[in-house]
Amino acid sequence: MLSEAEMREIEEELSHSPSKQAACIEALKVIQRNRGWVSDESLAELAEFMKMSPAELDSVATFYNLIFRREVGRHVILICDSVSCWITGYDNLVAHFKNKLGIEPGQTTSDGRFTLLTIPCLGVCEHAPAMVVDRQTFWELTEDKIDKILEDFK
Amino acid sequence: MEKPLTQNIGADLKPASLADYEESGGYKAMKKALKEMTPEDVQKQVKDSNLRGRGGAGFSTGMKWGFVPMGENAPKQKYLVANADEMEPGTFKDRYIMEGDPHELLEGMILAAYAIEAPTAYIFLRWAYKKSEEALRNAIKEAHNKNYLGKNILGSGFDLELYVHVSAGRYMCGEETGLLNSLEGKRANPRAKPPFPQACGLWGKPTIVQNVETLANVPHIIAHGAEWYKNLSKTDDGGTKLYGVSGRVKNPGMWELPMGTSAREIIYEHAGGMHDGLDLKGFLPGGASTDFLTPDHLDIPLDFDSVTKAGSRMGTGTMIILDDRTCPVAMMANLEHFFAQESCGWCTPCREGLSWCAKILKAIEAGQGQMEDLDILKQHCEQLGPGNTFCALAPGAVEPLQSALKYFREDFERHIKEGKCPYK
Ligand SMILES: Cc1cc2nc3c(=O)[nH]c(=O)nc-3n(C[C@H](O)[C@H](O)[C@H](O)COP(=O)(O)O)c2cc1C
Ligand code: SF4
Ligand code: FES
Repeated sequence: MLSEAEMREIEEELSHSPSKQAACIEALKVIQRNRGWVSDESLAELAEFMKMSPAELDSVATFYNLIFRREVGRHVILICDSVSCWITGYDNLVAHFKNKLGIEPGQTTSDGRFTLLTIPCLGVCEHAPAMVVDRQTFWELTEDKIDKILEDFK
Repeated sequence: MEKPLTQNIGADLKPASLADYEESGGYKAMKKALKEMTPEDVQKQVKDSNLRGRGGAGFSTGMKWGFVPMGENAPKQKYLVANADEMEPGTFKDRYIMEGDPHELLEGMILAAYAIEAPTAYIFLRWAYKKSEEALRNAIKEAHNKNYLGKNILGSGFDLELYVHVSAGRYMCGEETGLLNSLEGKRANPRAKPPFPQACGLWGKPTIVQNVETLANVPHIIAHGAEWYKNLSKTDDGGTKLYGVSGRVKNPGMWELPMGTSAREIIYEHAGGMHDGLDLKGFLPGGASTDFLTPDHLDIPLDFDSVTKAGSRMGTGTMIILDDRTCPVAMMANLEHFFAQESCGWCTPCREGLSWCAKILKAIEAGQGQMEDLDILKQHCEQLGPGNTFCALAPGAVEPLQSALKYFREDFERHIKEGKCPYK
């Protein structure tokens, strides 16, 4: 069941959308903000609320990079794998994550603390290499810098 | 040197407040237009200035606005959309405007919306730009409070509501018709053209989609006139340009310079030249979807026509530098992986062809390629070129590849002959 709070947030989005479907990406984001990711059950509940079929809603959900259809950890690390970050050291940083957290892109640490995902260009290429943790951007990354950043995410 | 676009943008990227912006002459153009000019006058100024779109294709902005139905019989509902998706790898210029001087974009949007008589506007913003989002939302509030937005702006009879829409992330959202589908809550597949969005766009209404930097130019054109604007440039293309450099240079960054500044000046003066011990091997002049140029091209003026003549595209004007210790084959594998992943899958040549290219490039890089692979890659460059696919993603994707095969062929051959990457 969608919670009262979720419904309120979605209704708010609907209020300035000319059609119900137009708000469906926002609605998926609301679910994800509240539950961390969009499970099959959440998707079905939302589809009913939006008067769409689950398949129709899923076709939208799976199109976008930032709607998570699989469970993620408490903090999501999105590391940029595009060209400027790749030139300036992406491969080494991924190797460092593997050493430090024991995971590769696509995986979650066994304590559920971090999920590491790759993401296309974050738009800070002049400060490459870069990553986003939750919604904070970090740049000019080095191995030491990554270690310090991770300490702040419990 | 005049820097109209970035005059209020400091190194700390602290957003200029409405008061800061007005102190530098901001919102004068809007007041002038609403009071003294008809929408047609605004369109004409912009057309005369020869402003060309800064989102990649370089189409005349004034001409684009001219396709919007106007007057009594035109639909009342029309839309203006600022394309702030900026997801092309290597591109980061629009962020500076939105973070550092959000009112400049707003004033540009008010003028553009007035020029096409649109009462509703959206900023389609990429999700990663959290600071831009905060700056824009705050600026919109400030503008509302002074009735620069909302109903009957400054008593002119013109209404404008402006919304920020944050994307859920996909490169195709930047393609103008993909963007419109995404705003409608659908997958960002492109739409068939015609009809063009200027006649039939968002929810079937006339719509203009325009890059952030393009829109930010408009207040300055209206304030100072078309001739002034043209004179900012070193060449026939008017205005200044936000040029950027990323890669292994000493001082990567973004600078506002006269249109037509040379790549040599940008790379060696502003970006400080290559890191010690590295040489310049090539550069993509305007983002990931443009053809490589080489050190032989350093002195051409970077404007739309000159870069095209040199065999590439101005694109977004943000350069990516290839140094002589970075493997060009691996760089191509990285680029084609991006394009293959971001293909929306709508048409077969792009969906299947790009992932094939990415796989071949990865194999060559790993020393498992064959000479025939180079012919297959070349074939793809032709078959995915302009006119063969639904949108410009695929032709853009093969631009770096076709030029890499031309300029760095030796590197590809060595990988194949030696069975390994000579850069490792
Ligand atoms: C795959 C793809 C992605 C694009 N991404 C962007 C983008 O992020 N920002 C942008 O302004 N234009 C982008 N464009 C170009 C737009 O389709 C469109 O031409 C542009 O927004 C028009 O604005 P302009 O006339 O001001 O340049 C993209 C095009 C393609 C094919
Ligand atoms: S060219 Fe590629 S991205 Fe464009 S419509 Fe076809 S499949 Fe989609
Ligand atoms: S390439 Fe990584 S931020 Fe642009």
